[in-house]
Amino acid sequence: MTDLTTTYLGLKLKNPVVASASPLTKKLDSAKKLDDAGVGAIVMYSLFEEQIIHESLELDHYLTRGTYSNAEALSYLPDTGMYAMGPGKYLDHLSAVKQTVSVPVIGSLNGVSKGGWTKYARSMQDAGADAIELNLYYIAADPFLTGQELEDTYVELVSDIKSVISVPLAVKLSPFVTALPNFAKRLSEAGADGLVLFNRFYQPDFDLDNLEVVHSVTLSNSDELRLPLRWVSILYGKIRADLALTSGVHTATDVIKSMMAGAKVTMLASELLHNGYGRVPDILANVQAWMTEHEYESIQQMQGSMSQQAVREPAAFERANYMKMLSSWKSLP
Amino acid sequence: MSKKQKITIDGNEAAASVAYRVSEVIAIYPITPSSTMGEFSDEWASKGKPNIWGMAPHVIEMQSEGGAAGSVHGALQTGSLTTTFTASQGLLLMIPNMYKIAGELTSTVFHIAARAIAAQGLSIYGDHQDVMSARQTGWAMIGSGGVQEVHDLATIAHAATLKARIPFLHFFDGFRTSHEVTKIEPLSDDDLREMIDMETVMAHRSRALSPEHPVLRGTAQNPDVYFQGRETVNPYYAAVPGIVQAEMDKFARLTGRQYKLFEYAGAPDAERVVVIMGSGGETAEETAKALNAAGEKVGVVRVHLYRPFSIEHFADALPASVKALAVLDRTKEPGSSGEPLYMDVVNAIVESGRTGIRIIGGRYGLSSKEFTPAMAKAVFDELKKSQPKNHFTVGIKDDVSFTSLDFDPSYSIELSETVRCVFIGLGADGTVGANKNSIKIIGEETENYAQGFFYYDSKKSGTLTQSHLRFGSKEIKAPYLISNNTANFVACHQFSFLERFDILKFAQPGGVFLLNSLFTKEEVWDNLPVEVQQAIIDKKLKFYNINAYEVAELTGMGSRVNTIMQTCFFAISGVLPREQAIAEIKHSIEKTYGKRGEAVVKQNFEAVDQTLAHLYEVAVPEKATSKLSMRARVPAEAPAFVQKTLAPMIALEGEEVPVSAMPVDGTFPTGTTQWEKRNIALEIPVWEPSLCIQCGKCVFVCPHAVIRHKVYGKDELASAPATFKSMDSKFKEFPGMAYTVQVAPEDCTGCTLCVEACPVKDKTQVGRKAINMAAQPPLRESEAANWDFFYNLPEVDRAAMNPGTIKNSQLLQPLFEFSGACAGCGETPYVKLVSQLFGDRMIVANATGCSSIYGGNLPTTPWAFNKEGRGPAWSNSLFEDNAEFGLGMRLTIDKQTEYAKFLLKQMSADFGTLAEEILSANQADETGIKQQRERVAVLKEKLADRSDAKSRDLLSLVDVLVKKSVWIIGGDGWAYDIGYGGLDHVMASGRNVNILVLDTEVYSNTGGQSSKSTPRAAVAKFAMSGKGMPKKDLGLIAMSYGYVYVAKVAMGANDQQTLKAILEAEAYDGPSLIIAYSHCISHGIDMAKGLDQQKLAVQAGHWPLFRYNPDLIAQNQNPLTLDSKDPSIPLDQYVYNETRYRMLLQSDEARAEMLLKEAQHDIKSRWDYYKQMAAMHYGTGND
Repeated sequence: MTDLTTTYLGLKLKNPVVASASPLTKKLDSAKKLDDAGVGAIVMYSLFEEQIIHESLELDHYLTRGTYSNAEALSYLPDTGMYAMGPGKYLDHLSAVKQTVSVPVIGSLNGVSKGGWTKYARSMQDAGADAIELNLYYIAADPFLTGQELEDTYVELVSDIKSVISVPLAVKLSPFVTALPNFAKRLSEAGADGLVLFNRFYQPDFDLDNLEVVHSVTLSNSDELRLPLRWVSILYGKIRADLALTSGVHTATDVIKSMMAGAKVTMLASELLHNGYGRVPDILANVQAWMTEHEYESIQQMQGSMSQQAVREPAAFERANYMKMLSSWKSLP
Repeated sequence: MSKKQKITIDGNEAAASVAYRVSEVIAIYPITPSSTMGEFSDEWASKGKPNIWGMAPHVIEMQSEGGAAGSVHGALQTGSLTTTFTASQGLLLMIPNMYKIAGELTSTVFHIAARAIAAQGLSIYGDHQDVMSARQTGWAMIGSGGVQEVHDLATIAHAATLKARIPFLHFFDGFRTSHEVTKIEPLSDDDLREMIDMETVMAHRSRALSPEHPVLRGTAQNPDVYFQGRETVNPYYAAVPGIVQAEMDKFARLTGRQYKLFEYAGAPDAERVVVIMGSGGETAEETAKALNAAGEKVGVVRVHLYRPFSIEHFADALPASVKALAVLDRTKEPGSSGEPLYMDVVNAIVESGRTGIRIIGGRYGLSSKEFTPAMAKAVFDELKKSQPKNHFTVGIKDDVSFTSLDFDPSYSIELSETVRCVFIGLGADGTVGANKNSIKIIGEETENYAQGFFYYDSKKSGTLTQSHLRFGSKEIKAPYLISNNTANFVACHQFSFLERFDILKFAQPGGVFLLNSLFTKEEVWDNLPVEVQQAIIDKKLKFYNINAYEVAELTGMGSRVNTIMQTCFFAISGVLPREQAIAEIKHSIEKTYGKRGEAVVKQNFEAVDQTLAHLYEVAVPEKATSKLSMRARVPAEAPAFVQKTLAPMIALEGEEVPVSAMPVDGTFPTGTTQWEKRNIALEIPVWEPSLCIQCGKCVFVCPHAVIRHKVYGKDELASAPATFKSMDSKFKEFPGMAYTVQVAPEDCTGCTLCVEACPVKDKTQVGRKAINMAAQPPLRESEAANWDFFYNLPEVDRAAMNPGTIKNSQLLQPLFEFSGACAGCGETPYVKLVSQLFGDRMIVANATGCSSIYGGNLPTTPWAFNKEGRGPAWSNSLFEDNAEFGLGMRLTIDKQTEYAKFLLKQMSADFGTLAEEILSANQADETGIKQQRERVAVLKEKLADRSDAKSRDLLSLVDVLVKKSVWIIGGDGWAYDIGYGGLDHVMASGRNVNILVLDTEVYSNTGGQSSKSTPRAAVAKFAMSGKGMPKKDLGLIAMSYGYVYVAKVAMGANDQQTLKAILEAEAYDGPSLIIAYSHCISHGIDMAKGLDQQKLAVQAGHWPLFRYNPDLIAQNQNPLTLDSKDPSIPLDQYVYNETRYRMLLQSDEARAEMLLKEAQHDIKSRWDYYKQMAAMHYGTGND
């Protein structure tokens, strides 16, 4: 029998297939289905501090607008005074999920203020999260903001959060970093127990009929695996923090590749959103079958086996691919 | 004795707090100014707040006050302790049930925020006309004069009714008392338990209808016994005064506050006494006190128990020394020999055998007309005269019947210990809310007494608000506004008001003036109008300035300067030590906004913290040097009536209008909003001709008719102002002409709907459209000149084009313009469109509601007339009868048409072919109507030359021969609820009327109460946990008649369908019903996105577009055409853009999800049903 177990952030997981932050954890019953389907751990959907602030200000705006402007209508909406504003609803839900499922539950947090990050991280821990994942979801559109400043902020943030929590901390990163290994190293040194590669941003599109910018959610596909695969391979063994691979994990093959690159876990959501919870046991069975067929004893055995450090040609992860392509083009008749 | 803890609340809360706690069933219907009593009850019930027996009462909103009274009657008959709240027309609708309830000796209390009755005009303000209209119903009537009395006498009324078995009407002055915020001593549940005798409660229950001990109540009685039956109740009425006094005495033992049926105050040997009820009593009493201190001998009898009127108790209250009595009635009974209280007093004096007393009666305070110490003094002074004026009025200048008493407005009895503050704010800036908070802080966190009263103009956008605050160490007995020259502190929160209104008139010499302006310390003085500068100098005011907008911007507060100005007030006034004041403000912010989330609290805290650094005192120069002046009330060219009667109202000086300046029958000229240049927009749209495609969509959607387009001869441009823009016309009907889109800069509200509707995008910069917003001030003068030029360009010949396209329809002159509706209103674009299409031949019956307020609330009306002098003739009857009112108009037109034709036929030989042409005229289109107008004009000329009776008869109604269009307009509160019975009957009548329902899915005008149009899952007042039932399908009901034209439209989704439906509806020779989606401020949306929401409502299937045209049946076609496609987006994509839905997600997510699911199901089943209807085969079997 092959051993699928792995460790991630110091947590012992029964397998490396983890449900990444997605709407699937918004309902207790769907979180339970993930558990029943056999995932190794569950990352909760993200708590967005900005959204909490926005919802709060928006509610206040509309409850207040137009009030005391007219003798007949002193207000236009009833103020029930009973709103689940703030993180309470999220934390209650996290707590309920934790009590319902058998696998570790990781809280996911996206903050905007220093105070918000630390406060909410602590609250998640108190609500029962086995670990916290920081979701660094930020588009650096300001031309006056330097990469150094932004990275410094994040490093400081990791350090601050680590100082207020005792559970492990993972950081989910954007791929758009000039010198990723250096940044990863700094995060690791600041206390990050794990790095999740990578965050997937919603990309705006243009509607040419209406000349408008539109936003729509697109699910990932296996082709997207290559970007994190490269970087996990490169980082493996070079930083203390565990690596988790996400974006483009759809099949058992994707999981196996991720492990070989050096990931401790793979995270997936698009595949489950598209094809249902049943994909988890399928993938796990296929991983097991592949391992059996190829006589692998355990996941741990293959982890990092094709990382940059482990392959014969480490340069393959750096510029060799490009060179090879150029030469193959030149060799065309 | 109860604890001496104090609370600061208004009169409505004071009444509801008691009524709620001693009731089991509360059936209500919203009506100003009583609505908040019901709303408080609903809110408390939804939170499970218990009554004194541990259960929350059942609160139900009914379809009308008549319905509420019926339910109350039923609940009483089955033994519940039941109450309701109402006012004005609402009370009138309850009268039939009130007779029954009294006749059956049933214990209940109705709480009334007493209000004027609609006569020559509607008024939402306070007087006793409504309660006096119910004095004959057999109810006991008990009146309160202040907020503490409301709280106390409400309790006494509930206790007494159970003892007496006579129902009680507990009333207090609408607005003056119902909305005055004052510090009072609250009654605890234990106090109430002490007062309500459980034996009487059980006796009430024992009389209930029950099959366990069946009885019959409500028989029909015959001449033999009805009379005797009516006389059986006399002993019960005889006992009431004693019972009430006993309850008052019991209450005094409990609380220390002693009331009497008739309370006398003043000199024990007074010779002159005023008798009065309600809040005016306090003013009269305080005035008497001041006069007695000056050596006079006067007194006041305040009436609490008005019915049954106890002559014995009244006589006992009156000092033996009295020689002259003045009885003041806050009501008018035209044609009577005296107003009711006066008549009662005259009778009491006669029956009690008192002699040697001269009695005069007078009217005061109608429709919240101020009743001040100056007026009270005038009454006492009048009693000194050997021949005092009887049936006088006080508070107005009656230069017609000369009833009014003169008074000296400068007479004041204000206490020097009291601090008086007047704040002038903009509706949107939060001034009133902040002042309510301040009053609570002062009242509850200091030993001071505190009073707040708030006044609003009648606009729904750019509203001016007044907050009148008093506080001080002595009890405040001043139920009147702070008068001129007496305010210690005056604040103006909106700089532009300084050029329109005399705000510093309130300030007393040496007082403080706080201004919010965009100017710096150095700039502000020179930017004041010279009149304001002079007033500051003359009154030696300390002048402070702050740029609160800058602080608001810094702290993310947007346009809300409430917290900032509140901080300034506390900082300057010194009512509390500064540190404590800031701590209290922050505490109040936490209390008010804490439930809405930490971010809100934080933002407000920041605003408080940033304020003081931006506040500074301005050094006042010795001379006024400003080059700016206050603006004329109205332009010099305004007509005489506008100058004389409307201009003072526009300038908030309506008090100065004498009786002679008012129309005798409530008839006013139209087209008057054009004289009220409000300049409320910070930004206005600017036209970009290089991009414009002349589609007219911007004009179509404009709620305020401030953006228009015209085609005109190019020669007109010769005299155009330099900045006037023009381009070549692209209209195929008008080749070779010039074209302009023009904005009225001083009338625009800046709502941006026009920009949203513009379909054009600049190819090099897609964010730029053919209409873009730009700051108003730099454009104001030049665009005003352009607007004047544009306005005077000739209108298009209506007959020269087909109005069936959007762009063509918008060439027609709007005869509904510049309304004071909310910026971006979703209703008014429909009203304006109808006025464009049919305005020159249309009569409007308008239900009470938003549309009657922005349409007909003084001072001005947006209903207008064209250059020929034709335009919509408009009237509002009531809320409940609007369909019937409009039908009556139709009946007149039909009958007069028939009669005119009858006469013309008889005289046809005299007029040759003209008569035949008129009689057989086809007026199906504008050309036909134009030709008929020309014929009728010729006929009128001929008839004018004839002196025979028939000719004169025909001349008096010949205009009816030009086709008229009857429009019945109102909101969903009217159409779905209170007026539904009438609406149904009018549709069933088959008569040619056009019914336009401006469906906001909520009672907008009274502040967002649920109607039967409110959709499932939406939150509204009286549906705080989200409406659980689906929206009533009025369209489907109307279609079931088969001969009613029905259309459901949403111009934001399909403007062409809207236009088509309105044209078809008017053309249909029978009843037509148009249900128009009207986005509304009460939806909790960004009003600029109202049109987008309409589109989403249609796409989600919530608002299916259709037309049901019965004319098609005759052509063997299915009359129902579905104009929208299958629902294409899930409902949540539409509803969760709106706070009314989203707030349920935040308060009860599980229920929100359940209701959303059900609402989604509603959509599917209704759409499936419509599709089947639209697919049905019509016609014979062979076709």
